Amino acid sequence: MQPDHRSKTNTLGYDSLDRAAVGENTQQFITFTLGAEEYGIDIMVVREIKGWTATTMIPNAPAHVRGVINLRGVIVPIFDLRARFNMGLTVTTAMHVVIIVATGTRTIGLLVDTVSDIISVDPKAIRQVPELGLPAQDQFIDGLVALEDRMVTLVSLTGLFDSHVREPAARNVPDQTAATMAA
Amino acid sequence: MSLTADQDTLAQFRKTYFEECTELLDALQSNLDLLTNGGADEETLHAIFRSVHSIKGGAGAFGFTALVCFSHVFESLLDAIRERKVEANPEVVGLLLRASDALTDIVNAARGGRTLAADFGADIAAMMEDALGSASEPGPASDAPIAAETKVPGEHRYQILFNPHAELLKKANEPLLLIRQLRRLGGLRVDVDTSRLPPLDRIEPEGAYLGWRFTLDTGVPKSVVHEVFEFVEDDCELTIEAERPATSVAAPEAAIAADDAELSVKPVELAAAAPSQSIRVDVDKVDRLVNLVGELVITQAMLTEQSSLLPPDQYTVLIQGIEALAQSARELQESVMAIRAQPVKSVFARMPRVVRDLAATLGKEVRIVTAGETTEIDKTVIEQLNDPLTHMIRNALDHGIEDPATRTAAGKARQGTIRLSAAQRSGRIIIEIADDGRGINREKVLAKAQQRGLVPAGAALSEEEIDNLIFLPAFSTADVVSNISGRGVGMDVVKRNVQALGGRISVQSRFGEGSRFTLSLPLTLAVLDGMVVSVAKETFIIPLTAIIESLRPRANDIHPVVGRGEVLALRGEYVPLIPLYRCFSISGAIKDPCRGIVIIVQSEHAGRIGVMVDDLIGQQQVVVKSLESNYGSVEGVGGATILGNGRVALILDIERLRIADQPASNPLAATGEAASIVSTVSREETHHAA
Repeated sequence: MQPDHRSKTNTLGYDSLDRAAVGENTQQFITFTLGAEEYGIDIMVVREIKGWTATTMIPNAPAHVRGVINLRGVIVPIFDLRARFNMGLTVTTAMHVVIIVATGTRTIGLLVDTVSDIISVDPKAIRQVPELGLPAQDQFIDGLVALEDRMVTLVSLTGLFDSHVREPAARNVPDQTAATMAA
Repeated sequence: MSLTADQDTLAQFRKTYFEECTELLDALQSNLDLLTNGGADEETLHAIFRSVHSIKGGAGAFGFTALVCFSHVFESLLDAIRERKVEANPEVVGLLLRASDALTDIVNAARGGRTLAADFGADIAAMMEDALGSASEPGPASDAPIAAETKVPGEHRYQILFNPHAELLKKANEPLLLIRQLRRLGGLRVDVDTSRLPPLDRIEPEGAYLGWRFTLDTGVPKSVVHEVFEFVEDDCELTIEAERPATSVAAPEAAIAADDAELSVKPVELAAAAPSQSIRVDVDKVDRLVNLVGELVITQAMLTEQSSLLPPDQYTVLIQGIEALAQSARELQESVMAIRAQPVKSVFARMPRVVRDLAATLGKEVRIVTAGETTEIDKTVIEQLNDPLTHMIRNALDHGIEDPATRTAAGKARQGTIRLSAAQRSGRIIIEIADDGRGINREKVLAKAQQRGLVPAGAALSEEEIDNLIFLPAFSTADVVSNISGRGVGMDVVKRNVQALGGRISVQSRFGEGSRFTLSLPLTLAVLDGMVVSVAKETFIIPLTAIIESLRPRANDIHPVVGRGEVLALRGEYVPLIPLYRCFSISGAIKDPCRGIVIIVQSEHAGRIGVMVDDLIGQQQVVVKSLESNYGSVEGVGGATILGNGRVALILDIERLRIADQPASNPLAATGEAASIVSTVSREETHHAA
């Protein structure tokens, strides 16, 4: 995997790599940004990072499904992580980045703003998400990591996409439950 | 080959053995069918024997005792038949067929690690023993004349040195059998070499200490002598040397005891045909190759597209090169697809047993005649052909063919016939299943359909339309044609399976004379001829096989149907219009049918429908890719492909096109109702037209 030249912070420097080499028991994450927030994803599931290219729409798909692309002959769906987090659709430019990840038997792409860093984290340093009273969000998050001056949210791929890739966006869930109860 | 091979290797060998068994059993089956139909010659008998013998050989190596025991008896009987000691009369052939079925079951049990009842096949084995016993008794009486024949001078004399290793015995091979087999080839002198025999206290019970020296006078070539040792070659020291043609016959007393001297000396024409040049390749490897070639074709299409933008006078060589590349890529793709093609024989060969089993259960007399088994079709299609075919054969037997008494009363032969044939016709495979049974009772079918509200009372349907009603889901478990309970799935499921393969099914029937089901299947599932169409900025592929025509309608041919969209009047018929932009909620598309293009397609469940798109782009052969493997299934989409520009285009599934009721609504809630609208419209309108 090559560092992405578009990365805004470009901190794939010696500092982080050295830290990566030191820890025996550490887990590595690739961090990326959505707006001002920084998120992390387990490096082991990441297959490659590529720039945003136009997609082919999938009819009647939820808003966070941005369509499919041809990744060397494999049809790969691209999910807009910002939309998945209910923060609105990403307005894509050539500067946007797609992280190709493998989850279970599937290969999918995550549309994010930039890829910024590789961090090594001692699993003991991963903190639980404090109760924020937003149950729908909890399943997307594996934990929080505090680095010197910033906080990285570790994204749970299984929580995001495992139940069913095409499930409607989380905001629809309460509506449906209400409908079922009414019926 | 050592027996200390680790578990993985052993498992691999086992897997290979069972793969071979499947092929051997298929071959056994088809040769037995040949025998049943009287088309068998000497070679067929030998082939049958070899199949069983090979299964037994492997079973010994892996320690499948039940399999060894059963196939041993089976083999003995077959041996006696090819030696003409037992006559292959219909009774014996019937026994062989039952034995082959039992052998299949035993092999399958061994493969699945299951244990069958201890006495499984014992009855058949006993019957085979009886058949053998009755044949061998009168033997000695006819000894003398044939024994004389044995002394016909051989043309060749071979010196054979044979020193078996212990492995040979461990694999359940028996030197005595080999010696007997050698003796059948001609005059044989046997000298035992006991020099390696250790003192009694040091003899390992499972060791091999004896060696033999044979002098064989025979008329057969060396290769045939060699073939006797075919299965043991790796586990012994073996030298076969030809001497000068023998001038005198080996002294009669030199041959081993004369107990089976009645054996014919007729030179055995063992498969002289050169072994067909083939290799066993993992399907995954072939699939990878197919995928790669698919990639190549896409890249090539992209290059071709780009090269057309170049000024030809400056880039002559490049453009010529790309044209040559296109040609080679296409040929490569065809060749790779041909690797996946297999004769339909592998499926057809399973059908006789289905017929035998069911005919016995139902007390009917039925024979199956197959034709065109060598027709080749893509492996994926073949694999998915078994179930629909089995069901249709069962159906023909169950509902079509009458019992012997009824047949005789109707002036037909007692024995019913089912014909199964395959042929290639204009890029598709046509498979026909015809029976000479009672045919479809149209009155009954129509009455049933009307009773179930599938056809409006008083509707005038053509005979063909009535026949095709049996494919409707509501008929699945019905006692429409006979009162015998249906087995397994209904014809609607068969139809769905066939459609899933991109195929079509139809039926023709004459009451009292029989029915004929015709399947039309694509040669491959991996490549599809498609019409490229556009809707707003999106591109879609419509399978060419579904398209009847495309047209730009006039305003006065479009009629709104209240609450149900629009229909198009087409030569006196009303065709429901399905605007693709509404199915797929695409904005920016042409909404006026008169400015777009309507493609009339044949939908199996809703008859003709008019799919409205913005424009036609052109015809193209596309490589079908899965959308489901990384995403999921999408209503109205059958798959995806990659266009020349590298972009993905979705392939429409005509059968599952639905109009989303309101473009902005939740798609999951929309599908159900819209579906019924489409089919209701089509049905009603067709009948109005009729």
